[in-house]
Amino acid sequence: MINAQKNFALSIEGLTVSFDGFKAVNDLSLYVEEQEIRVIIGPNGAGKTTVLDLICGKTRATSGSIKFKGHELTRMKEAHIVQQGVGRKFQNPSIYEDLTVFENLEISYPKGRSVFGSLLFRRDDVVKDKIQEVSDVIFLGDMLDSPADLLSHGQKQWLEIGMLLIQDPELLMLDEPVAGMSVAERKQTAELLNRITEDRSVLVVEHDMQFVEDIAHRVTVMHQGKVLSEGSMEHVKADEKVIEVYLGH
Amino acid sequence: MKKLQDFTRNPDAVSFAVLAIVLVFILPTVLEIFRLNLVGKYLTYAYVAIGLVLSWGLGGILSLGQGVFFGLGGYCLAMFLKLEASSPENTAIQSTPGIPDFMDWNQLTALPWFWEPFHSFGFTLFAVIAVPVIFALIIGVAMFKRRVGGVYFAIITQAIAAIMTILIIGQQGYTGGVNGITDLRTLHGWDIRTDEAKYFFYYLNVALLFLVLLVACWITKSKLGRILVAMREREDRVRFSGYDVSNFKIFVFCVAAAFSAIGGAMFTLQVGFMSPSFVGIVPSIEMVIFAAVGGRHSIIGVVYGTLLVNWAKTTFSESFPELWLFAMGALFIGVVMAFPNGLAGLYTSYVKPLIGSIRPLLKERARLYETPDKGGPDMLNRGTAQ
Repeated sequence: MINAQKNFALSIEGLTVSFDGFKAVNDLSLYVEEQEIRVIIGPNGAGKTTVLDLICGKTRATSGSIKFKGHELTRMKEAHIVQQGVGRKFQNPSIYEDLTVFENLEISYPKGRSVFGSLLFRRDDVVKDKIQEVSDVIFLGDMLDSPADLLSHGQKQWLEIGMLLIQDPELLMLDEPVAGMSVAERKQTAELLNRITEDRSVLVVEHDMQFVEDIAHRVTVMHQGKVLSEGSMEHVKADEKVIEVYLGH
Repeated sequence: MKKLQDFTRNPDAVSFAVLAIVLVFILPTVLEIFRLNLVGKYLTYAYVAIGLVLSWGLGGILSLGQGVFFGLGGYCLAMFLKLEASSPENTAIQSTPGIPDFMDWNQLTALPWFWEPFHSFGFTLFAVIAVPVIFALIIGVAMFKRRVGGVYFAIITQAIAAIMTILIIGQQGYTGGVNGITDLRTLHGWDIRTDEAKYFFYYLNVALLFLVLLVACWITKSKLGRILVAMREREDRVRFSGYDVSNFKIFVFCVAAAFSAIGGAMFTLQVGFMSPSFVGIVPSIEMVIFAAVGGRHSIIGVVYGTLLVNWAKTTFSESFPELWLFAMGALFIGVVMAFPNGLAGLYTSYVKPLIGSIRPLLKERARLYETPDKGGPDMLNRGTAQ
């Protein structure tokens, strides 16, 4: 076990989830290092999103283990997993359209998360400064007061990334962050991700190969719930099995 | 003057003030006590509607069983008043003197154990809030921890309202059955049926209503209020932002229950009885209609909505009693289809822009009046100097 000696942020071992006998994820093992950007690619139905669901607790594992900084996540409550430092962005931009950009970010600010804590929560300068800081990073610094439903699709994606950033997670999981974005927006997003990942690990599910090449440190190719290949982008691109099931199309 | 300007620019403060003027000054002046007492009765439903604004409007949790909490609050107070009315002297002709009359008719020979604590007024006031809130807590934990929501939750609350009615009617020896708890007379020896008492309870009712409105306003403006809106839209996003969503739902459901319970207790005081006809499915749905007509996102709007629908109900059913239910149904469909944000929505989309276009005109007029004033003293000074 060479792996055990290294300092992994996230280690997944023998993870299996079965939906009525269909194994969406089948005996999967995956290790993400600290400050690594790992991208998961693979054909539709390979189980990529399910892996993210399993980590954040949206889906419960049938067997196997997910350890984050030494804590077992498979039986933890969703809110507790978030408090451990795991942030998750959904595939479609999940933002609160009836609230303003400021209020969207404020809800993700990691204070006042209990019922009475939120009743007594005060919007002080520390909160305002932090929200301003994050909104500048996600290119929305001058749109804090606009209702979120007026944002463009790309801006909504950035807003949700910002909502994760403000939580300052140690593991950031992004499900297709550039889907539906224009070329210019993709470039901006790649820059954004490279900037914000300096002090955290990132797990990205993505289809856009150009984008993957721009950001990935290492790539994991999944197929039918299993790891097909793993390594640098050059390595997996040259892998015959990968070409056959995914890239060759 | 500056304070007054700040005040008029704060829309919430203005609508609170307008409502206060209507309820405290205008209605008591123009209405005789019989009608004013009716308004007081309608206002007790407004407590329920305000609770619905928080749970349904803000949090998206539609309860079709708020009558249960209204009833529990009302019954708790009615039990105290009934015990006071059933002193051994008053009930000397019964086969068991000292117990409420309906128990005697049902061959009960002793006061049931759960009636005993209601001899104490302090306990009763506590129970008016605590009993409904604990009941709401049990329902909330059972439902929301298991992630039952939406239509399923609405149906279950409706079933609970039906069960509660059946239970009350079935256990008439303990509850007064279908007639409810009637013939309430005094509160600490003070006759609650006099005009003087009716005025007193009307103003107490209005005062408590404003207290509830302030609490509701505070919740709406807190971060908790925004989390409820966020939950209504994207429950998963809130959950994966580190919140235990079910706790927030349980909390707002309990707050709505507490508001309803205060309304129920005030109903008992002003109307002088409590019966299962304010607990079941029909009253519970009526209360949702009051909230829908007033505008389920506006705590002030639902107060007007409740008053208006009830006024219509009284007027309409005095002339066409059998048609009222149809009118009510039509009203609900009409509101949902044509103006889903109710009266408050109509106000913000039509009346407010109108006020907005008048305001600059008023300012212009004020400026015209102010200018010569400013010049005035100056010219006078110059005059004296020369």
